[in-house]
Amino acid sequence: MNAETTMAPENTVKAAKANILQGINAAIADAMEEDDNVIALGEDLADPEEGGVCGVTRGLSSRFGEHRVRSTPISEQAIIGAAIGASLVGFKPIAEIMLMNFTTVAMDMIVNHAAKLRFMSGGQTHVPIVIRTMTGTGFASGGQHCDYLEAWFAHTAGIKVVAPSSPKDAYGLMRSAIDDPDPVLFIENLPSYWTPAEAPEKGHRVPIGKANVLSEGSDVTIIAYARMIQEAMPAVAKLKEAGISAELIDLRTIAPWDKETVVNSVARTGRAIIVHEAVTPFGAGAEIAAVLNEELFGKLKAPVKRLGGAFCPVPFSKPLETAFAPQTADIVAAAEAIIKS
Amino acid sequence: MTNRATPDAATQIEIYRRMALIKANDERSRKVIMNGRLVMPYYSPRGQEVIPSAISVNLTDEDYICTIYRGSHDQLAKGLPLKDLWAEVAGRTTGTCKGKGGPMHVTYPTKGIMVTTGIVGSTMPIANGLAWGSQLRGDGRVTVASFGDGAANIGAFHESLNLAAVWKLPVIFVCQNNEWGEHTAYDKTSNVKVADRAAAYGMPGVRVDGNDPFEMYAVANEAIARARAGEGPTLIEAMTYRFFGHVFGDADAYMDKARKADAMANDPVPRFRASLIERGVASEEQLAEMEAAIEKEIDEAVEFALASDFPGVEELKRDVFAEEMA
Repeated sequence: MNAETTMAPENTVKAAKANILQGINAAIADAMEEDDNVIALGEDLADPEEGGVCGVTRGLSSRFGEHRVRSTPISEQAIIGAAIGASLVGFKPIAEIMLMNFTTVAMDMIVNHAAKLRFMSGGQTHVPIVIRTMTGTGFASGGQHCDYLEAWFAHTAGIKVVAPSSPKDAYGLMRSAIDDPDPVLFIENLPSYWTPAEAPEKGHRVPIGKANVLSEGSDVTIIAYARMIQEAMPAVAKLKEAGISAELIDLRTIAPWDKETVVNSVARTGRAIIVHEAVTPFGAGAEIAAVLNEELFGKLKAPVKRLGGAFCPVPFSKPLETAFAPQTADIVAAAEAIIKS
Repeated sequence: MTNRATPDAATQIEIYRRMALIKANDERSRKVIMNGRLVMPYYSPRGQEVIPSAISVNLTDEDYICTIYRGSHDQLAKGLPLKDLWAEVAGRTTGTCKGKGGPMHVTYPTKGIMVTTGIVGSTMPIANGLAWGSQLRGDGRVTVASFGDGAANIGAFHESLNLAAVWKLPVIFVCQNNEWGEHTAYDKTSNVKVADRAAAYGMPGVRVDGNDPFEMYAVANEAIARARAGEGPTLIEAMTYRFFGHVFGDADAYMDKARKADAMANDPVPRFRASLIERGVASEEQLAEMEAAIEKEIDEAVEFALASDFPGVEELKRDVFAEEMA
């Protein structure tokens, strides 16, 4: 893993350009500055351990103390359990599960406890935790280090799921996730960490559950999130050259997703393509397609199209890994195909 | 053990009151289910009354506990009002959790009952977080994580005890070893005592006769004092016996008949009662009056619960998130 960051947390927000990693770091730092109840824990999180394997939390323990920013043993159940317990008594813990595949080790704590305690206690307790986790194909890490498992969590009542695609959204969604009174799974795309873009403004919030229309269009709606935005943006440009006007929606929140924005857009365009890196069957795209069918049956000009990862474990070999996830050309081809149909 | 703490007369009587309450409530629960007045999954704590009674007299309402599906003894000992308990297990809106949690998820933060879980081995990870909160605030509170011997073989046990030791958390891990993990005997699932595992984490581990109020009190008192003083966690293995199988309706054919008969002949509740009278700590009349008051309170709680309303279906959309769902 390449921790090639040169971030300096104190200036990240002032700079005109920033990357996602810096946006997340700044959001956590600003929240910790404002509220002593914001605490963080996870493997390698504190500065003696280099502030996380990619340096996302670098500088925080030096600034706020190792009592508030704690490195933990490699014990995912204990990490989430400690976050839950502290949240029950008024803290706002940010727990890092280094890689999304490692959430599988802590599923009991996340699904049976974090997501359900508010309901099962009749609202007497609640679990305002943020679970940060990184994932994504592109670094040749094979079958157990880069899965997108967002649908597992979106399928669980009681937990919210967000996946930012830009530094601004990373900052704004992290601030909203920390503010939120319920558990939020915050998915970070590892290969996008260091891509520079417009810097966030201090204090900015991106509401959970609100999508972002990145490009307006009239022929087809492309719904994507996380790294798939980087594949979809050039696709929109290529389609424009071919005379096709595509609307691009960055979902930003997978659960609860912004039905209003998506349904309104597809009601206008009559065509939808959903793009995610997670495998296609039973993925978020299946849910979105089902709702579009329920809401817009008869108004759709073509069947809703899903583009997702191949239904196999993520492969190691480079050509296979590249072919695994949807690419710009796949999105262009899908749009052209459904417009012709 | 040095400077072994001994409960004074008033504390002994209070330990007995909690034991009698747990025993009477268990007997009533089984009766009410048997009579068909209530349908619920029920995990009897009968035989394990001493453990939470002797521990909880060392705790305050501000201290936290996390307990499990077999947890009504822990909850009652910690001060859960009977009406709130009965209404919850009857699924009524007047219950602790508006009837939405049920017997396996009773929660009552007013008395520090923070989590009741139906997942074996899940109290310890969350108890650590409660204790971490106390450590960060320096509020002097302690957290007791209750679990059975079966839970000692789940990965979360190892992760949690290790973390608690490394972070020196004010938490007490109480393994109520009733010899059975569901239908399988403890000695078929582990080659070592639960208490001996504490050495692997660098924390004190104590095996104690969990049916002896004096022993249980002394061990709990010391562990709680250590936790309050910032000296870290303790693992207590309290030896006891489960009188009525895993869950109500379990015919417990797998349990050795002679061992069960022996355990029931040494029922800790009448044994401690006789001891209090014999030693002149309490009189027969005093205890009989106490027991009658408990029965009366249970009568009232049961009738209150069964007369209460069920929650409306709108509750399906409430408490999933802070904001009610559309």
